[in-house]
Amino acid sequence: MKRLMLAIAPLLLALAALDARAQLTIEITQGMDNPTAIAVVPFAWQGSGTAPEDVAWVVDSDLARSGQFAPVARSDMLGRPSTQKDIFYRDWRAIESEYLLIGRASAEGAQMRIEYELYDVNRQKMVHSGVETGPANEARMLAHRVSDAVYEKLTGITGAFATRLLYVSVTRVPGGKDYYRLTLADSDGARPIVLLESREPVLAPGWSPDGSQISYVSFETGRPAIYRQNLATGTREQLTNFKGLNGAPAWSPDGNTMAMVLSKDGSPDIYLMNLSTKKLTRVTRHYAIDTEPTWMPDGRSLLFTSDRGGRPQIYRYDLRTGTTERVTFEGGYNARARVAQDGRNVVMVHQQSGRFHIAILDLVTNRLQVLTSTELDESPSIAPNGSMVLYATKRGDRGILAAVSVDGGVKFRLPSREGDVREPAWSPYMGR
Amino acid sequence: MRHLPVAGKTVSVLFAAALLAACSGSAKKEEEEAAAAAAAAAAAAQAEQQAASAAAAAEQQRLLDAASAYGNVFYFDFDSYNLKPEALEALDAHIAALQGSEATVRLEGHTDERGTREYNMALGERRANAVRDYMVVNGVPSYRIESVSYGEERPIAYGSGESNWSQNRRVELK
Repeated sequence: MKRLMLAIAPLLLALAALDARAQLTIEITQGMDNPTAIAVVPFAWQGSGTAPEDVAWVVDSDLARSGQFAPVARSDMLGRPSTQKDIFYRDWRAIESEYLLIGRASAEGAQMRIEYELYDVNRQKMVHSGVETGPANEARMLAHRVSDAVYEKLTGITGAFATRLLYVSVTRVPGGKDYYRLTLADSDGARPIVLLESREPVLAPGWSPDGSQISYVSFETGRPAIYRQNLATGTREQLTNFKGLNGAPAWSPDGNTMAMVLSKDGSPDIYLMNLSTKKLTRVTRHYAIDTEPTWMPDGRSLLFTSDRGGRPQIYRYDLRTGTTERVTFEGGYNARARVAQDGRNVVMVHQQSGRFHIAILDLVTNRLQVLTSTELDESPSIAPNGSMVLYATKRGDRGILAAVSVDGGVKFRLPSREGDVREPAWSPYMGR
Repeated sequence: MRHLPVAGKTVSVLFAAALLAACSGSAKKEEEEAAAAAAAAAAAAQAEQQAASAAAAAEQQRLLDAASAYGNVFYFDFDSYNLKPEALEALDAHIAALQGSEATVRLEGHTDERGTREYNMALGERRANAVRDYMVVNGVPSYRIESVSYGEERPIAYGSGESNWSQNRRVELK
């Protein structure tokens, strides 16, 4: 017993030290040419003690990260109003702020309440007001909901700040086995929680359509297997244990079926598993590599990667007719598609001059646009509102996450101070 | 091939002992002589067997040493799962060693970091299976071989560039 404790102790210490440095930070590298100026005034705290979270700062950072807003620096603010009667519009016109967000936060027991109002400075008029309530320990999520409301009011696009990310991080152990961690964090990288830690590879994280469950592949038994895990209860279930590949799990839009890749019958093919009965249906039947299935939002067809034409390209399988058609023709390597909720924009890994970039294909116009310029970009994941693409790239010899807007105009990085970060999976809208 | 002459010698010694027993006149003396001869023959046979198994063990060790001299890692070209000539030579040595034992092997397929992770998982499996198929064709029963792909998840060299990538495109025999 004592020997066991001694053996474990260094491991725990090492992990505790890592966690503090493991959080992702955000570096905006490219914004829009004419971002909208907005002043997000620190919210008044009306509870006892100090505020559990600087709500206004979370909103300020969210809006800045979108690249569409240029929040006014707090040091430039000529006043700190928290109610309408304290607003002097000339103070905000003087610093050329087009919009003004003020608010108040309070707590009653474990419940937090945030009230806020958005003003058009030039028209001198309130354009939106709202209230968010919820557990005080979810203060950051409440703040992200304020960001969502402001973003939607000013851009007409639903915000995706109150969402979460899954990603895999790896800490190298020279000459030994690496540490693989599956981590859940807020959309801004804050509040990371390690869901799974293993000395064997963990990969391909994904979400159930309601955001309550996740799926992934883990090699913890010495071979790959697909698992699903309930985020609220922590219970998990091993879905597959076939000979050969068990990979690329993808939840259907209705949540009842999991598409996956198995090679138990010879070569890698796409299969569907009914999640209630665990019954398998084989979708593709080809000696080529068929992998990386993803669902169209209507659930009627799947996109997947296949090298049946000699090189990896994206194909579409119609589940009703059983027909397969090739989707990508530009370039010699197109793989791992993900589809926006509009069913029109498809992001993928695209090779150009030997380099791997993230590209976006418009299924209506068939126009392909390369969004990134770094060399080893992979694993694109699209925000539920279709505005941004999160992906993995390399900086030096370290894996980091980065994001680009679907028009290529806004870019930011989410570097971690520790380890390699990879395979981001942006959640659907939570609790809607 | 080397076991057959050894076995033949053992059989001929036993046959001589039986002949001796059949030709003797006095029953008691014959019995004693026969018993002595049989004991001598058995001892000789045991010695022969020990020598034979020692020789077999030495031969198996020689095959294992020859195989390990080649190493247990076989490399591949980018996006390819074709076995290279040097890999075939090394595999022949491993196959010879496997044929003298009942050992099981695990083939771990790996790729470099270029390309998508799941596609690389499939490519790593093709590499492992290419090695497996070559071993099966050359007489190693498939039930003794397990192949597992790690795709690009377990690099040997972490950096980018061909000097690192070429070390990572491999199958490891364990």
